[in-house]
Parts: sequence; structure tokens; C-alpha cells
Amino acid sequence: MKHWYMLTLVGQDRPGIVAALADALFRAGANLGEASMVRLGGNFTIMMMAETEMSDASLRHALEPEIRQFGLHTHIDAIEGKLHQHLTPNVQVTVHGADRPGIVAQVTAALAAAGFNILDLDSDVGGSSEHPIYVMAIDGHVAGGASALDKPLAALHANGIDAKAVSIDTLVG
Amino acid sequence: MAILPVLVYPDERLKRVAEPVTAFDARLHKFLSDFNETQRAAPGCVGLAAPQVGCPQRIALVDVSARPNTPNNGRLLLINPEIIERGGETIGREGCLSVPDYTGNVARAEWIRLRSRDEHGAPREYRCQGYEARAVLHELDHLDGLLFLDRLVSRRDLFRRRVYQK
Repeated sequence: MKHWYMLTLVGQDRPGIVAALADALFRAGANLGEASMVRLGGNFTIMMMAETEMSDASLRHALEPEIRQFGLHTHIDAIEGKLHQHLTPNVQVTVHGADRPGIVAQVTAALAAAGFNILDLDSDVGGSSEHPIYVMAIDGHVAGGASALDKPLAALHANGIDAKAVSIDTLVG
Repeated sequence: MAILPVLVYPDERLKRVAEPVTAFDARLHKFLSDFNETQRAAPGCVGLAAPQVGCPQRIALVDVSARPNTPNNGRLLLINPEIIERGGETIGREGCLSVPDYTGNVARAEWIRLRSRDEHGAPREYRCQGYEARAVLHELDHLDGLLFLDRLVSRRDLFRRRVYQK
């Protein structure tokens, strides 16, 4: 019987890692589901769903040459693979400013307290090493839409964090 | 009247370029009545194109009039529509009856002017902006065999453009 695994692989970034992993999984007869690859601080990171009849040990064995070749830290976890259940975000929150500790903690705490469900988050540090800037974009869902975040965002503003919330109106045609 | 079945991608018929309407006759009017009913029956749906219901003709419906604070031209029946002018660019999130369980960001013109025919073949001209322009462009893409999937931009683009616009 087929089941889903979540594969998490992290290492030094080099061209060709995704192709090598995808090919190894394909040759092993595994089917990929949703996946997300992103460079974080110059590191290669990927999380991907794979469906296979193999045990987690044999799945790992099938990937062993690539894991070794690219020096990847690897996690393989059995998961429930629920496809076709995307939630549609209705608000995007963006934050940017001078980087300092605690921004993510304060913003996400305020959002959680307002009942905001984070569906997608990415954050980046840009600028220079003397003057780092922090940029974060969060998509999520909150009952009442963007205006439900007016108060929490005003409270963040009072603490020196500028966060904006705009509605995401998904057009269906 | 009847509610027509909506084709779902990867149905190949969604990738075909539709043909102009040449006969504004009873057969067309019968189709339009079913087409109207199909669009009204789909919850939250602001537009429909004939190829989505398996009719390979250049016919689309757009109606954003139910949305609050949205400039609009009422219920637009567009036959053989053509964009004659467009301007600006804006990114927004789109989904599609023919692409269930997926939404993505798409760049569209901020405003458009278009020419089309009504159900009797009489020429019409409209100016649309914002959300209505997006809906019209989404439906007109269907007439050219394109889906919003053909125009996706990443969510990071959305944010970067918004930041730089300020």
C-alpha cells in the first residue's frame, strides 16, 4: 500500500540538487506531491511530499547516493498526505524595517491573538551587514478580513514595528 | 434552461482558440440562456467563458456588480470581444472554475477599453478598471485557450513590487 512521506533535505547549495533528488525518487517509483525549495542564508532547503510503497528506511536507501554526493541533512517522516485541500488566504500582511530581534515573534503573536491563520510565510534579511533590513510577507486567513487586524497592527506600530494588512480578493472566473 | 457542465483542466478543449460568433440567431440565444444560468449557479463566480462549458466560440460573461465598492458596467455579455486599449499593471489573486483547488497571482492591466457585440450583433464599447478589468481579461484569455496558470507570477514578486511602489 502506498503512503506519504515528508522529505526534508538541507545542505550547501549547488546547482543540480533538485534534479538529482527528483530523478532518484522517480527511478525508485515514488510519486511527488507538493514541494517547496528555497535558499535560506545561502543554504539549499527543500521539503517535498513523496508517495511510495517503500518503508522510510528503503526510501532513504534509494536516496543515499544523492544524499552523500551533495552532503544533505535528511529527514524522512511518515505523514498524512492530504492533497486538494488548499485554503484560500484573504489577507496579506507585510512587514519591513531595520532588522532587530523579536520582530517575527511579536508580529505572529499579534496575528495569532487576532485569530489569524498563517498559510504561507516568507521572510528575508536584506540591506548591508551594517544596516540589515528585514522583510516579511505572510498570507493567511482571518474572519472579518484585513480590518480585523487594525487594532493588533496599531499595537505593533506603537512598539516600533510597521506591519500592513491588505485584502487578498481572489477572483474566480 | 439548463446548467451546463463546466470543463476542468487538463481538458484539452480549454487550450483551444475559440472561433468568432457569426450567427446571432435562436441557437445562439438558447446557448446564452443556459450560459447565463450556469454562471449564476456558480457561487462567487464573477465570469464565465464559453469554452469553459465546451462551446468553442468567442463568448464571455462578466458580472462583478454584486461586489461592494467595485466600479463596474453591470452584467457584461461579451461576444467577439477585442481589447482596443489597455494601461497600467496590477497583480491580484485568481482562481478559476476550471482549475479547482488552486489560486495564484497574476499580473493584469489596470484598465482596458474593449469592443464587443451584444446578443443581437450590435456593437458595444466598454471601459473597465480594476477588478472588472481583471475579470474581463481572465475570461478573454479563455477565448484564446489560456488559463491563469499560463500567467502566474510568484508571491514574492507581489510583495517586492508592492514595496517598491511606495
